[in-house]
Amino acid sequence: MTLLQWTFDIVLGLTLLWLAFRALTSEDLFKGIVLFIAFGLLMALAWVRLNAPDIALAEAAIGAGLTGALLLAALAKLESATTETSATVKDENAEGLNSKSSEAQSHD
Amino acid sequence: MNIAFFYALTGVGLFTLGVYALIVYTHLLRKILAINVMGSGVFLVLVALAARTQNAPDPVPHAMVITGIVVAISATALALALMLRLRDASNHIELPDESVE
Amino acid sequence: MTKHINKQILFRLLLVLLLSVLAVGLGYSVLSLPLEASGLSARVTENLDASGVSHPVTAVLLNFRAYDTLLEMAVLLLALLGVWSLGDMHEHRESAPGVVLDMLSRLLIPLFVLVAGYLLWIGANAPGGAFQAGSVLAAAGVLMLLTGWRPSVWFMGLPLRITLVFGLVAFVTAAVMVQLAGWRMLEFPLSVAGALILLIEAAATLSIGITLAALFLGSRPPTDQATGKRTGPGAKK
Repeated sequence: MTLLQWTFDIVLGLTLLWLAFRALTSEDLFKGIVLFIAFGLLMALAWVRLNAPDIALAEAAIGAGLTGALLLAALAKLESATTETSATVKDENAEGLNSKSSEAQSHD
Repeated sequence: MNIAFFYALTGVGLFTLGVYALIVYTHLLRKILAINVMGSGVFLVLVALAARTQNAPDPVPHAMVITGIVVAISATALALALMLRLRDASNHIELPDESVE
Repeated sequence: MTKHINKQILFRLLLVLLLSVLAVGLGYSVLSLPLEASGLSARVTENLDASGVSHPVTAVLLNFRAYDTLLEMAVLLLALLGVWSLGDMHEHRESAPGVVLDMLSRLLIPLFVLVAGYLLWIGANAPGGAFQAGSVLAAAGVLMLLTGWRPSVWFMGLPLRITLVFGLVAFVTAAVMVQLAGWRMLEFPLSVAGALILLIEAAATLSIGITLAALFLGSRPPTDQATGKRTGPGAKK
């Protein structure tokens, strides 16, 4: 294993972890889903590095492309209905300490 | 340690991140994202351990992971439909936060 | 209020602690596995000639573990049934796509179909196969749906359902016919294994593409069951 290959693999692994963390903890759901699509594409790279080209093809098409499209469509349906009914369904990052109070807000 | 084990550890890290996000967040779409990340972590562990061979990798875990990816997208589609239906029926997109009473 | 905040911080820390223990445990069990393990790759390579294809992953998917693939296509169908039973039938308002989407979809969709056909064909001896080709077809379907196009009402009734179950039916038919001809179920004889696998993969590609695109659409396509015409405003054709 040459140094270049090791460096590439370590950078890829760390980027995967960082992307997943950012996708899951982002404030904006749209940004999170887009980061998730990027995460899927980098997973396709990881499959190639692990000698699994079939999985790379499947992951790029299904895992990144179709799952991303499904998630974005669901997000669009969520947000369009929100603006229609004018109920504030807040997209809350649960890191905040006031998740319970803002949920009380959205209940009315 | 060869590179396969590094990817396996990355998979374990992804799985743990997914479990954390699944438990902590109440928004249902975030939970679905977390479950997908958990699935990706598991697949990474499977294929990384299959790459430990001398020459050609073990193809049986590859087939299982391809099957797993397709099943994961089916489950995600069903979960998203359930989430939209739940929101229509109850007007909440977050599970009630009962952790601290 | 501060007691509530302290409790929440405490629970969060406890969760992080437990998850760290889980991660360390999983990491230790992964690292304690032997450095070299060939698994089943030797067995697959031995029997590869008897499978009808020359790519090991395709052989495993469509011959050695064909039962898993059959059940997986059933899972796809079940997910679609679940989604259709949940959603209501939205009326679709036609809207013209933007210039970029219009042009790109005209360029890309024939390319998608070509790539899907290539992936299906090459799956016998190189990376590819039914799932990869089916997902590229599904991407073409999603792109078409995004431009605002919907298939004609005639297609949304019985032909859609036939295309959806075509892959599963082809697989089950092959399995049962092989059993009726004397071998065990799903044990493809060497003389017909290659052709049988290609036929099953072609049917599966169609089904997988249509199922994934229908999953993207989300709701059951609106048809009037009695007359086959779409009811309500916005009905076209």
